[in-house]
Amino acid sequence: MSLTKEQCFDQLLRSHDVKPEGKSAGWLEQIRVEALASAGALNFPSAKQDDWRFTDLSSLFQHAFYPVDSIASVKLADIEKFLIPDAIRLVFIDGCYAAGLSDLKRAGSGVTVTSLAERLGDLRVEENFGRHAPYKQDAFVALNTNFFEDGAWVHVSGEIAAPIHILHVATCRDAPSAIYPRCLVVIEPFSRATVVEDYAGLNDGIYFSNAVTEVVMKDHAQLQHVRVQREEKNAFHVGHGSVKLGTGSVYAATSLAFGARVSRHTLHVIQNGEGAEMHLDGLALIAGRQIADTHTLIDHAAPRGRSVQLHKCIADGAAHAIFSGKIIVHVGAVGTDSVQSSRNLLLSDKAHIDTQPQLEIFNDDVSCKHGAAIGQIDLDALFFLKSRGLTEERARNLLTHAFAAEIIAKIPVLSLVESLGRTILDRISGVRT
Amino acid sequence: MINKESRILLEVKNLKAEVAGVEILKGVDLTIRAGEVHAIMGINGSGKSTFSKVLAGHPDYTVTGGSATFEGRDLFALAAEERARAGLFLAFQYPVEIPGVSNSALLRLAYNTLQLDRGLEELDPLEFDDLVQEKIKVVEMNPSFLGRSVNEGFSGGEKKRNEILQMAVLEPKLAILDETDSGLDIDALRIVAKGVNSLLSSDNAVVMVTHYQRLLNYIVPDYVHVMDGGRIVRTGGKELALELEARGYDWLRAAA
Repeated sequence: MSLTKEQCFDQLLRSHDVKPEGKSAGWLEQIRVEALASAGALNFPSAKQDDWRFTDLSSLFQHAFYPVDSIASVKLADIEKFLIPDAIRLVFIDGCYAAGLSDLKRAGSGVTVTSLAERLGDLRVEENFGRHAPYKQDAFVALNTNFFEDGAWVHVSGEIAAPIHILHVATCRDAPSAIYPRCLVVIEPFSRATVVEDYAGLNDGIYFSNAVTEVVMKDHAQLQHVRVQREEKNAFHVGHGSVKLGTGSVYAATSLAFGARVSRHTLHVIQNGEGAEMHLDGLALIAGRQIADTHTLIDHAAPRGRSVQLHKCIADGAAHAIFSGKIIVHVGAVGTDSVQSSRNLLLSDKAHIDTQPQLEIFNDDVSCKHGAAIGQIDLDALFFLKSRGLTEERARNLLTHAFAAEIIAKIPVLSLVESLGRTILDRISGVRT
Repeated sequence: MINKESRILLEVKNLKAEVAGVEILKGVDLTIRAGEVHAIMGINGSGKSTFSKVLAGHPDYTVTGGSATFEGRDLFALAAEERARAGLFLAFQYPVEIPGVSNSALLRLAYNTLQLDRGLEELDPLEFDDLVQEKIKVVEMNPSFLGRSVNEGFSGGEKKRNEILQMAVLEPKLAILDETDSGLDIDALRIVAKGVNSLLSSDNAVVMVTHYQRLLNYIVPDYVHVMDGGRIVRTGGKELALELEARGYDWLRAAA
């Protein structure tokens, strides 16, 4: 069955009728109603919208996605390969909390890591949920906000050394399914944490993972935020992150996109507090007919903010990678220091990369630099490696891996650096694990 | 050391080659036997760097005539990596930087590739570290360079030393040093030369491609060849280099 774009959207909206009643609260019902209304009004984005003009979603629109109506039976062994040793682990299967697969014993005092649905009565949840992600402007965020079953609730007051691993796993049913992962992270003043958001699938069925994450960093909070998108090959993944930064806070994000047939990640970071710092590193590594789109927006809305961004795309086969990085320095954001770099590696003649760094500056006293480069494997380096006995393929793989490794190395969780390093080696050499 | 009885490593006959449709090598003849040290000198544009790159298999150059055999095998039938595995080594004039690949990882990968090709055991990282710690003494390199990305942030002299370290690890039969002396201060030159000398044996050979006589004070050649206009126009002993240093290249060109 092949649908039109409108039919596909209607199907997603209709799933509301059969959605089982989950836990709720009055304030949330209000938000859900608004979200459903705005989803209906917004519909899917069109290619005429500037933010979507490079991103071909037509393969998504062909499918009818159904809500997940039963909880899949997943064993720990099934998700073993995704696990991070010594992490605080929250596992969601098709958007539903899997307590039996989660491991919260390392969460000490001052740290809450749990199911969102179980804490709807928590005032801190109510104060933050849906207040940052733009469900009135973005149809995907609206769909998620209305349809999400459950999500991660991370609240940190103090310092926690163990990484908090939020693992969203799709099981893939007989019919294409739509799942709505959700995360809410609040880091209190002078508190520190590492959060790993992880999106994966268990088989190559068709599913649509539509994720939303909200992060609130209070004054002088520090967060290392890793996002791994390693969905299965027939998956569609659309993710939105909204991050608010308080005074003197430090936000370091490393976002990786390896998987999915089509993926889009939108990250919006707002520097609301003076002197906040953000480091945004990203890597898209795709092949075949994959499409991976990363849109980032950094709003310097307060003085003396600092942002450093490095985004890399590696596209092989007939893949299409997109990067759009906008930085806005608002009136009053004096002393802003911003550096953005987009570096891209094309591995085949049929691969395609669009990169669009954009700076909008509304005051004088700033230092902003940005640059973009698209290249192929360096032929001098290739010849050098061959002259040392490496085959052409081995040499290409080594150089590609090295290009990717710069981003992987920024991940603050060593076991993840190692396991993802192996994953990208396998991807690069064409061995799918 | 000249020994007319020793086996021929490389035999080049009437070699012609072009880059981007322009003929650079116009008939080069050269025979190198095991145990010999050769120097190829010449002005910029004489074809000496092209010659070394053609032998190593650089893709920009096209062989248009003549032949080259390496231990009896047709060199031009081999891909660049096969030439390396056969024991040919090129020390680059401008060593490339490879961010993200550590020096030790590259050395081990290259070493193990050659080991496998020769039907020998690969070394694991610990075993290889023992080997490489010995080898870096040859070029008096600080072990901290092993953990750094290949040539990234290295000075000119460090890059050249790194090339010789690769030579020390890979133990080629024939090493071509393409302007290895350029950009070296006198101390680095001495270290590099000492390293090369320590690697010389009666089983291998070295070709130094150089502009200046300076390097030849430290690595004494058995033969000095002068290239001009894409040919070897003169061959002599080490005294030819001194003569070139004293008189320049013009008298040769005039004579040719």
